[in-house]
Amino acid sequence: MKPSAFEYHRPETLDEALGVLAELGADGKVLAGGQSLVPMLNMRLAAPHHLVDINRLTDLARIDVTTDAVTVGAIARHADVEHSAHAERVLPLLRQALTHVAHPTIRNRGTTVGSIVHADPAGEMPSVLALLGGSVQLASASGNRVVPVDDFFLAPLESATRPGELATSVTFPIPARHTGSAWLEVSRRHGDYAMCGLGALVTLDEDLRIASARGTYVSMGPTPVTVDFTELVGGRSYDAADWSAAGKYASSVVDPEEDIHATAEYRRHLAGVLTGRALKAAAAHAVARTEVAA
Amino acid sequence: MTQHDVTFTVNGVPRTASVPSRRLLADALRHDLGLTGTHLGCEHGVCGSCTVLVDGRPMRSCLLFAVSVDGAEITTVEGCRAPDGGLGPVQQAFVDCHGLQCGFCTPGFVTTITAYLRENPEPTEEEAREAIGGNLCRCTGYQNIVKSVLRAAELQKES
Repeated sequence: MKPSAFEYHRPETLDEALGVLAELGADGKVLAGGQSLVPMLNMRLAAPHHLVDINRLTDLARIDVTTDAVTVGAIARHADVEHSAHAERVLPLLRQALTHVAHPTIRNRGTTVGSIVHADPAGEMPSVLALLGGSVQLASASGNRVVPVDDFFLAPLESATRPGELATSVTFPIPARHTGSAWLEVSRRHGDYAMCGLGALVTLDEDLRIASARGTYVSMGPTPVTVDFTELVGGRSYDAADWSAAGKYASSVVDPEEDIHATAEYRRHLAGVLTGRALKAAAAHAVARTEVAA
Repeated sequence: MTQHDVTFTVNGVPRTASVPSRRLLADALRHDLGLTGTHLGCEHGVCGSCTVLVDGRPMRSCLLFAVSVDGAEITTVEGCRAPDGGLGPVQQAFVDCHGLQCGFCTPGFVTTITAYLRENPEPTEEEAREAIGGNLCRCTGYQNIVKSVLRAAELQKES
Protein backbone atom coordinates (compact mmCIF):
# COMPACT_ATOMS: atom_id res chain seq x y z
CA MET A 1 0.00 0.00 0.00
CA LYS A 2 1.59 3.21 -1.19
CA PRO A 3 0.16 6.72 -1.24
CA SER A 4 -1.27 8.19 -4.45
CA ALA A 5 0.87 10.75 -6.20
CA PHE A 6 0.71 14.32 -4.90
CA GLU A 7 2.49 17.61 -5.36
CA TYR A 8 4.80 18.44 -2.49
CA HIS A 9 5.29 21.94 -1.10
CA ARG A 10 7.86 22.81 1.51
CA PRO A 11 7.55 26.45 2.58
CA GLU A 12 10.43 27.91 4.56
CA THR A 13 8.45 30.64 6.33
CA LEU A 14 4.99 30.98 7.85
CA ASP A 15 4.01 33.66 5.32
CA GLU A 16 5.04 31.41 2.48
CA ALA A 17 3.07 28.51 3.98
CA LEU A 18 -0.07 30.63 4.36
CA GLY A 19 0.34 31.87 0.79
CA VAL A 20 0.55 28.31 -0.55
CA LEU A 21 -2.41 27.17 1.57
CA ALA A 22 -4.49 30.15 0.40
CA GLU A 23 -3.73 29.35 -3.21
CA LEU A 24 -4.51 25.63 -2.85
CA GLY A 25 -7.67 26.05 -0.76
CA ALA A 26 -9.48 22.74 -0.28
CA ASP A 27 -6.89 20.91 -2.44
CA GLY A 28 -4.12 21.50 0.10
CA LYS A 29 -3.47 19.33 3.13
CA VAL A 30 -0.98 20.24 5.85
CA LEU A 31 1.72 17.66 6.67
CA ALA A 32 3.18 18.02 10.16
CA GLY A 33 4.21 14.80 11.93
CA GLY A 34 2.08 12.71 9.60
CA GLN A 35 1.59 9.87 12.07
CA SER A 36 -2.18 9.86 11.47
CA LEU A 37 -2.15 11.35 7.97
CA VAL A 38 0.42 9.07 6.30
CA PRO A 39 -1.35 5.82 7.34
CA MET A 40 -4.51 7.24 5.74
CA LEU A 41 -2.55 8.09 2.59
CA ASN A 42 -0.87 4.66 2.51
CA MET A 43 -4.24 2.96 2.81
CA ARG A 44 -5.68 5.36 0.22
CA LEU A 45 -8.36 6.50 2.62
CA ALA A 46 -7.24 10.00 1.70
CA ALA A 47 -5.61 11.23 -1.52
CA PRO A 48 -4.99 14.98 -1.36
CA HIS A 49 -3.55 16.55 -4.53
CA HIS A 50 -1.14 18.75 -2.60
CA LEU A 51 0.73 18.29 0.67
CA VAL A 52 2.14 21.35 2.41
CA ASP A 53 5.00 20.21 4.64
CA ILE A 54 5.39 22.59 7.60
CA ASN A 55 8.36 20.80 9.15
CA ARG A 56 10.77 23.56 8.09
CA LEU A 57 8.84 26.22 10.03
CA THR A 58 11.13 25.81 13.01
CA ASP A 59 9.57 28.78 14.86
CA LEU A 60 6.54 26.54 15.31
CA ALA A 61 8.54 23.98 17.31
CA ARG A 62 8.32 26.14 20.43
CA ILE A 63 6.81 25.15 23.75
CA ASP A 64 6.14 28.34 25.70
CA VAL A 65 5.38 28.21 29.39
CA THR A 66 3.94 31.28 31.12
CA THR A 67 2.23 31.64 34.49
CA ASP A 68 -1.14 31.13 32.80
CA ALA A 69 -0.65 28.56 30.09
CA VAL A 70 1.49 26.16 28.11
CA THR A 71 1.43 27.00 24.41
CA VAL A 72 2.62 24.30 22.04
CA GLY A 73 3.65 25.12 18.48
CA ALA A 74 2.52 23.20 15.42
CA ILE A 75 5.65 21.13 14.90
CA ALA A 76 6.53 20.45 18.54
CA ARG A 77 6.62 16.65 18.76
CA HIS A 78 4.63 14.78 21.37
CA ALA A 79 7.99 13.55 22.74
CA ASP A 80 9.23 17.15 23.15
CA VAL A 81 6.12 18.13 25.11
CA GLU A 82 6.29 14.92 27.14
CA HIS A 83 9.92 15.53 28.10
CA SER A 84 9.63 19.26 28.75
CA ALA A 85 10.45 19.53 32.46
CA HIS A 86 9.10 23.07 32.52
CA ALA A 87 5.71 22.06 31.06
CA GLU A 88 5.47 19.04 33.35
CA ARG A 89 6.08 21.18 36.45
CA VAL A 90 3.22 23.58 35.77
CA LEU A 91 0.88 21.19 33.96
CA PRO A 92 1.56 17.53 34.87
CA LEU A 93 -1.56 16.41 32.98
CA LEU A 94 0.31 16.84 29.69
CA ARG A 95 2.85 14.15 30.48
CA GLN A 96 0.25 11.99 32.24
CA ALA A 97 -1.75 11.86 29.01
CA LEU A 98 1.12 11.85 26.52
CA THR A 99 2.60 8.61 27.84
CA HIS A 100 -0.61 6.98 26.58
CA VAL A 101 -0.35 8.42 23.05
CA ALA A 102 0.61 5.47 20.81
CA HIS A 103 4.25 4.38 21.31
CA PRO A 104 7.45 6.40 21.89
CA THR A 105 8.47 5.86 18.25
CA ILE A 106 5.25 7.52 17.06
CA ARG A 107 5.60 10.30 19.64
CA ASN A 108 9.06 11.10 18.28
CA ARG A 109 7.47 12.34 15.06
CA GLY A 110 3.79 12.98 15.75
CA THR A 111 2.82 16.47 16.89
CA THR A 112 0.48 17.51 19.68
CA VAL A 113 -1.15 20.20 17.53
CA GLY A 114 -1.57 17.73 14.67
CA SER A 115 -3.35 15.22 16.84
CA ILE A 116 -5.73 17.94 18.01
CA VAL A 117 -6.47 19.13 14.46
CA HIS A 118 -6.96 15.48 13.45
CA ALA A 119 -9.86 15.53 15.98
CA ASP A 120 -10.00 11.78 16.55
CA PRO A 121 -12.33 11.21 19.53
CA ALA A 122 -10.11 8.25 20.48
CA GLY A 123 -7.08 10.54 20.70
CA GLU A 124 -5.83 11.71 24.07
CA MET A 125 -4.77 15.27 23.28
CA PRO A 126 -8.17 16.57 22.05
CA SER A 127 -9.60 15.50 25.41
CA VAL A 128 -6.74 17.14 27.32
CA LEU A 129 -7.46 20.41 25.51
CA ALA A 130 -11.18 20.07 26.27
CA LEU A 131 -10.59 19.27 29.93
CA LEU A 132 -8.39 22.32 30.39
CA GLY A 133 -10.66 24.60 28.36
CA GLY A 134 -7.90 25.52 25.95
CA SER A 135 -7.90 27.09 22.51
CA VAL A 136 -6.41 26.71 19.04
CA GLN A 137 -4.65 29.52 17.15
CA LEU A 138 -5.46 29.43 13.43
CA ALA A 139 -3.58 31.51 10.89
CA SER A 140 -4.41 32.19 7.25
CA ALA A 141 -3.40 34.65 4.56
CA SER A 142 -6.55 36.65 5.32
CA GLY A 143 -6.04 36.84 9.08
CA ASN A 144 -5.70 34.98 12.35
CA ARG A 145 -8.31 33.73 14.77
CA VAL A 146 -8.43 31.91 18.09
CA VAL A 147 -11.00 29.16 18.44
CA PRO A 148 -11.98 28.04 21.95
CA VAL A 149 -12.00 24.26 22.34
CA ASP A 150 -15.78 24.12 22.78
CA ASP A 151 -16.15 25.39 19.20
CA PHE A 152 -13.24 23.44 17.74
CA PHE A 153 -14.28 19.78 17.63
CA LEU A 154 -17.26 19.39 15.30
CA ALA A 155 -17.45 15.65 14.59
CA PRO A 156 -15.11 12.63 14.42
CA LEU A 157 -12.03 13.71 12.41
CA GLU A 158 -13.62 17.10 11.79
CA SER A 159 -12.40 20.33 13.38
CA ALA A 160 -13.23 23.99 12.83
CA THR A 161 -10.05 24.45 10.76
CA ARG A 162 -11.05 25.82 7.35
CA PRO A 163 -9.34 25.31 4.00
CA GLY A 164 -6.40 27.71 3.78
CA GLU A 165 -5.94 27.79 7.54
CA LEU A 166 -2.98 26.50 9.52
CA ALA A 167 -3.19 25.67 13.22
CA THR A 168 -0.02 27.38 14.41
CA SER A 169 -0.32 26.49 18.10
CA VAL A 170 -2.62 25.31 20.87
CA THR A 171 -2.87 26.83 24.33
CA PHE A 172 -3.39 24.65 27.41
CA PRO A 173 -4.41 26.89 30.34
CA ILE A 174 -2.84 26.07 33.70
CA PRO A 175 -5.60 25.22 36.20
CA ALA A 176 -6.15 27.02 39.51
CA ARG A 177 -3.85 26.40 42.50
CA HIS A 178 -4.43 23.21 44.49
CA THR A 179 -5.47 21.30 41.39
CA GLY A 180 -4.46 17.70 40.82
CA SER A 181 -4.84 15.63 37.70
CA ALA A 182 -4.79 12.04 36.51
CA TRP A 183 -5.05 10.20 33.22
CA LEU A 184 -6.37 6.63 33.08
CA GLU A 185 -7.40 4.43 30.20
CA VAL A 186 -8.05 0.82 29.31
CA SER A 187 -6.93 -0.52 25.94
CA ARG A 188 -6.49 -4.05 24.59
CA ARG A 189 -2.72 -3.56 24.46
CA HIS A 190 -0.51 -0.75 25.74
CA GLY A 191 -0.35 1.93 23.04
CA ASP A 192 -3.58 0.89 21.33
CA TYR A 193 -6.55 3.21 21.09
CA ALA A 194 -8.35 3.23 24.41
CA MET A 195 -11.73 1.50 24.70
CA CYS A 196 -12.35 4.11 27.35
CA GLY A 197 -10.10 6.69 28.93
CA LEU A 198 -10.35 9.93 30.80
CA GLY A 199 -8.42 12.81 32.20
CA ALA A 200 -9.57 14.06 35.61
CA LEU A 201 -9.02 17.43 37.29
CA VAL A 202 -9.83 17.99 40.96
CA THR A 203 -9.36 21.41 42.59
CA LEU A 204 -9.29 21.71 46.40
CA ASP A 205 -9.89 24.75 48.59
CA GLU A 206 -7.60 25.91 51.42
CA ASP A 207 -9.12 23.31 53.77
CA LEU A 208 -8.60 20.45 51.30
CA ARG A 209 -12.29 20.30 50.44
CA ILE A 210 -13.30 19.69 46.87
CA ALA A 211 -13.93 22.96 45.03
CA SER A 212 -14.42 21.38 41.61
CA ALA A 213 -14.08 18.00 39.91
CA ARG A 214 -14.47 17.07 36.28
CA GLY A 215 -13.40 14.54 33.71
CA THR A 216 -13.06 14.47 29.93
CA TYR A 217 -13.40 11.14 28.14
CA VAL A 218 -11.94 9.58 25.01
CA SER A 219 -13.84 7.08 22.87
CA MET A 220 -17.12 8.00 24.57
CA GLY A 221 -18.71 10.11 21.84
CA PRO A 222 -18.09 11.80 18.48
CA THR A 223 -15.97 14.49 20.16
CA PRO A 224 -14.36 14.76 23.62
CA VAL A 225 -17.03 14.41 26.33
CA THR A 226 -16.68 16.44 29.54
CA VAL A 227 -18.64 15.63 32.69
CA ASP A 228 -18.72 17.94 35.72
CA PHE A 229 -18.91 16.18 39.11
CA THR A 230 -18.69 19.28 41.30
CA GLU A 231 -22.35 19.11 42.38
CA LEU A 232 -21.95 15.48 43.41
CA VAL A 233 -18.72 15.70 45.38
CA GLY A 234 -18.14 19.44 45.96
CA GLY A 235 -17.61 20.64 49.54
CA ARG A 236 -16.50 17.22 50.80
CA SER A 237 -13.03 16.66 52.16
CA TYR A 238 -10.73 15.19 49.51
CA ASP A 239 -10.61 11.87 51.38
CA ALA A 240 -14.33 11.64 52.18
CA ALA A 241 -15.84 12.05 48.72
CA ASP A 242 -18.01 9.29 47.28
CA TRP A 243 -16.00 8.65 44.13
CA SER A 244 -17.94 5.52 43.25
CA ALA A 245 -21.14 7.60 43.12
CA ALA A 246 -19.33 9.88 40.67
CA GLY A 247 -18.44 6.78 38.66
CA LYS A 248 -22.07 5.63 38.57
CA TYR A 249 -23.12 9.07 37.45
CA ALA A 250 -20.51 9.05 34.69
CA SER A 251 -21.67 5.71 33.31
CA SER A 252 -25.26 6.97 33.28
CA VAL A 253 -24.46 10.07 31.21
CA VAL A 254 -21.92 8.83 28.64
CA ASP A 255 -23.26 7.42 25.39
CA PRO A 256 -20.49 5.40 23.70
CA GLU A 257 -20.75 3.51 20.41
CA GLU A 258 -20.02 -0.16 20.12
CA ASP A 259 -17.36 -1.58 17.82
CA ILE A 260 -15.28 -4.72 17.32
CA HIS A 261 -13.19 -3.97 20.42
CA ALA A 262 -15.92 -3.36 22.99
CA THR A 263 -19.68 -3.18 23.39
CA ALA A 264 -21.28 0.10 24.38
CA GLU A 265 -22.28 -1.45 27.69
CA TYR A 266 -18.70 -2.49 28.47
CA ARG A 267 -17.47 0.99 27.61
CA ARG A 268 -20.05 2.50 29.96
CA HIS A 269 -18.87 0.11 32.67
CA LEU A 270 -15.26 1.15 32.07
CA ALA A 271 -16.26 4.82 32.27
CA GLY A 272 -17.76 4.21 35.71
CA VAL A 273 -14.81 2.32 37.13
CA LEU A 274 -12.15 4.58 35.62
CA THR A 275 -13.97 7.75 36.70
CA GLY A 276 -13.91 6.70 40.36
CA ARG A 277 -10.23 5.80 40.18
CA ALA A 278 -9.16 8.85 38.20
CA LEU A 279 -10.97 11.39 40.40
CA LYS A 280 -9.55 9.77 43.52
CA ALA A 281 -6.04 9.84 42.03
CA ALA A 282 -6.46 13.47 40.94
CA ALA A 283 -7.58 14.46 44.46
CA ALA A 284 -4.55 12.71 45.98
CA HIS A 285 -2.35 14.44 43.40
CA ALA A 286 -3.86 17.81 44.37
CA VAL A 287 -2.98 17.16 48.01
CA ALA A 288 0.56 16.10 47.11
CA ARG A 289 1.07 19.22 44.97
CA THR A 290 -0.36 21.43 47.72
CA GLU A 291 2.10 19.92 50.21
CA VAL A 292 5.02 20.42 47.84
CA ALA A 293 4.04 24.05 47.33
CA ALA A 294 3.63 24.67 51.08
CA MET B 1 5.47 13.89 -11.60
CA THR B 2 7.95 16.12 -9.82
CA GLN B 3 11.19 14.46 -8.78
CA HIS B 4 13.10 15.72 -5.76
CA ASP B 5 16.81 15.40 -5.18
CA VAL B 6 17.39 14.39 -1.58
CA THR B 7 20.55 13.90 0.46
CA PHE B 8 20.82 11.88 3.65
CA THR B 9 23.67 10.74 5.81
CA VAL B 10 22.90 7.05 6.07
CA ASN B 11 24.93 5.10 8.61
CA GLY B 12 27.57 7.81 8.45
CA VAL B 13 27.79 7.91 4.65
CA PRO B 14 26.35 10.77 2.55
CA ARG B 15 23.85 9.38 0.02
CA THR B 16 21.72 11.06 -2.62
CA ALA B 17 18.65 9.96 -4.52
CA SER B 18 16.07 11.39 -6.88
CA VAL B 19 12.62 10.51 -5.60
CA PRO B 20 8.99 11.33 -6.34
CA SER B 21 7.04 13.15 -3.60
CA ARG B 22 5.19 10.05 -2.54
CA ARG B 23 8.33 7.93 -1.96
CA LEU B 24 8.28 6.65 1.63
CA LEU B 25 11.61 6.80 3.45
CA ALA B 26 11.47 3.00 3.83
CA ASP B 27 11.19 2.57 0.06
CA ALA B 28 13.91 5.15 -0.58
CA LEU B 29 16.26 3.19 1.67
CA ARG B 30 15.37 -0.15 0.11
CA HIS B 31 14.87 0.67 -3.56
CA ASP B 32 16.87 3.82 -4.19
CA LEU B 33 19.79 3.14 -1.84
CA GLY B 34 19.76 -0.67 -1.86
CA LEU B 35 19.65 -0.97 1.92
CA THR B 36 17.21 -3.86 2.21
CA GLY B 37 17.77 -4.45 5.92
CA THR B 38 14.83 -2.15 6.67
CA HIS B 39 11.68 -4.25 6.36
CA LEU B 40 8.15 -3.15 5.58
CA GLY B 41 5.46 -5.14 7.34
CA CYS B 42 2.17 -3.31 7.70
CA GLU B 43 2.95 -0.04 5.92
CA HIS B 44 0.74 1.92 8.27
CA GLY B 45 2.82 2.41 11.37
CA VAL B 46 1.59 -0.50 13.48
CA CYS B 47 4.18 -3.27 13.26
CA GLY B 48 7.43 -1.38 13.81
CA SER B 49 9.51 -3.48 11.38
CA CYS B 50 10.56 -0.42 9.37
CA THR B 51 11.84 1.54 12.39
CA VAL B 52 15.00 3.53 11.67
CA LEU B 53 16.72 6.30 13.62
CA VAL B 54 16.20 9.79 12.21
CA ASP B 55 18.62 12.24 13.81
CA GLY B 56 19.04 9.66 16.55
CA ARG B 57 15.36 9.14 17.32
CA PRO B 58 13.51 5.96 16.35
CA MET B 59 10.76 6.64 13.80
CA ARG B 60 8.59 4.60 11.44
CA SER B 61 10.17 4.92 7.99
CA CYS B 62 6.83 3.88 6.42
CA LEU B 63 5.24 7.03 7.89
CA LEU B 64 7.83 9.48 6.59
CA PHE B 65 8.24 10.82 3.09
CA ALA B 66 11.84 10.73 1.96
CA VAL B 67 11.59 14.30 0.67
CA SER B 68 10.31 15.49 4.06
CA VAL B 69 13.42 14.29 5.91
CA ASP B 70 15.86 15.58 3.27
CA GLY B 71 19.14 16.38 5.05
CA ALA B 72 18.55 14.06 8.00
CA GLU B 73 21.01 11.67 9.57
CA ILE B 74 19.62 8.16 9.34
CA THR B 75 20.68 4.94 11.03
CA THR B 76 19.30 1.66 9.72
CA VAL B 77 19.88 -1.86 11.02
CA GLU B 78 22.95 -1.99 8.76
CA GLY B 79 24.37 0.84 10.89
CA CYS B 80 23.84 -1.05 14.16
CA ARG B 81 26.86 -3.30 13.61
CA ALA B 82 30.11 -3.12 15.58
CA PRO B 83 32.83 -0.73 14.35
CA ASP B 84 34.86 -3.74 13.12
CA GLY B 85 31.95 -4.83 10.92
CA GLY B 86 30.88 -7.70 13.20
CA LEU B 87 27.63 -7.92 15.10
CA GLY B 88 26.71 -4.95 17.26
CA PRO B 89 25.74 -5.54 20.91
CA VAL B 90 21.99 -5.67 20.21
CA GLN B 91 22.49 -8.02 17.26
CA GLN B 92 24.81 -10.25 19.32
CA ALA B 93 22.23 -10.34 22.14
CA PHE B 94 19.56 -11.58 19.71
CA VAL B 95 21.91 -14.40 18.67
CA ASP B 96 22.77 -15.25 22.29
CA CYS B 97 19.15 -15.30 23.47
CA HIS B 98 17.47 -16.80 20.40
CA GLY B 99 15.63 -13.50 20.03
CA LEU B 100 14.54 -14.19 16.47
CA GLN B 101 13.02 -16.97 14.45
CA CYS B 102 12.03 -15.87 10.94
CA GLY B 103 13.83 -12.56 11.46
CA PHE B 104 11.44 -10.35 9.53
CA CYS B 105 10.70 -8.03 12.45
CA THR B 106 14.26 -8.06 13.79
CA PRO B 107 15.61 -4.91 12.06
CA GLY B 108 12.91 -2.82 13.72
CA PHE B 109 13.68 -4.33 17.09
CA VAL B 110 17.43 -3.80 16.70
CA THR B 111 17.09 -0.10 15.82
CA THR B 112 14.47 0.52 18.52
CA ILE B 113 16.52 -1.22 21.22
CA THR B 114 19.76 0.47 20.12
CA ALA B 115 18.18 3.90 20.62
CA TYR B 116 16.43 2.85 23.83
CA LEU B 117 19.61 1.64 25.53
CA ARG B 118 21.25 5.00 24.88
CA GLU B 119 18.46 6.58 26.93
CA ASN B 120 18.26 3.87 29.55
CA PRO B 121 21.42 1.71 29.61
CA GLU B 122 20.22 -0.48 32.51
CA PRO B 123 16.55 -1.27 32.01
CA THR B 124 14.53 -3.54 34.28
CA GLU B 125 12.66 -6.42 32.69
CA GLU B 126 9.45 -4.42 32.86
CA GLU B 127 11.09 -1.43 31.19
CA ALA B 128 12.55 -3.72 28.53
CA ARG B 129 9.06 -5.04 27.81
CA GLU B 130 7.67 -1.53 27.52
CA ALA B 131 10.53 -0.41 25.28
CA ILE B 132 9.57 -2.98 22.64
CA GLY B 133 5.81 -2.43 23.06
CA GLY B 134 5.53 -0.78 19.66
CA ASN B 135 7.11 -3.66 17.71
CA LEU B 136 5.27 -6.79 16.64
CA CYS B 137 6.81 -10.25 16.34
CA ARG B 138 4.68 -13.18 15.21
CA CYS B 139 7.19 -15.97 15.94
CA THR B 140 8.91 -15.68 19.26
CA GLY B 141 6.23 -14.83 21.81
CA TYR B 142 8.52 -11.96 22.88
CA GLN B 143 10.10 -13.70 25.91
CA ASN B 144 13.46 -14.09 24.22
CA ILE B 145 13.32 -10.58 22.80
CA VAL B 146 12.88 -9.20 26.32
CA LYS B 147 15.89 -11.30 27.35
CA SER B 148 17.78 -9.91 24.36
CA VAL B 149 17.19 -6.33 25.53
CA LEU B 150 18.63 -7.17 28.94
CA ARG B 151 21.52 -9.12 27.40
CA ALA B 152 22.32 -6.22 25.04
CA ALA B 153 22.49 -3.91 28.05
CA GLU B 154 25.00 -6.30 29.65
CA LEU B 155 27.09 -6.52 26.49
CA GLN B 156 27.19 -2.75 26.17
CA LYS B 157 28.26 -2.37 29.77
CA GLU B 158 31.07 -4.92 29.30
CA SER B 159 32.46 -3.25 26.19
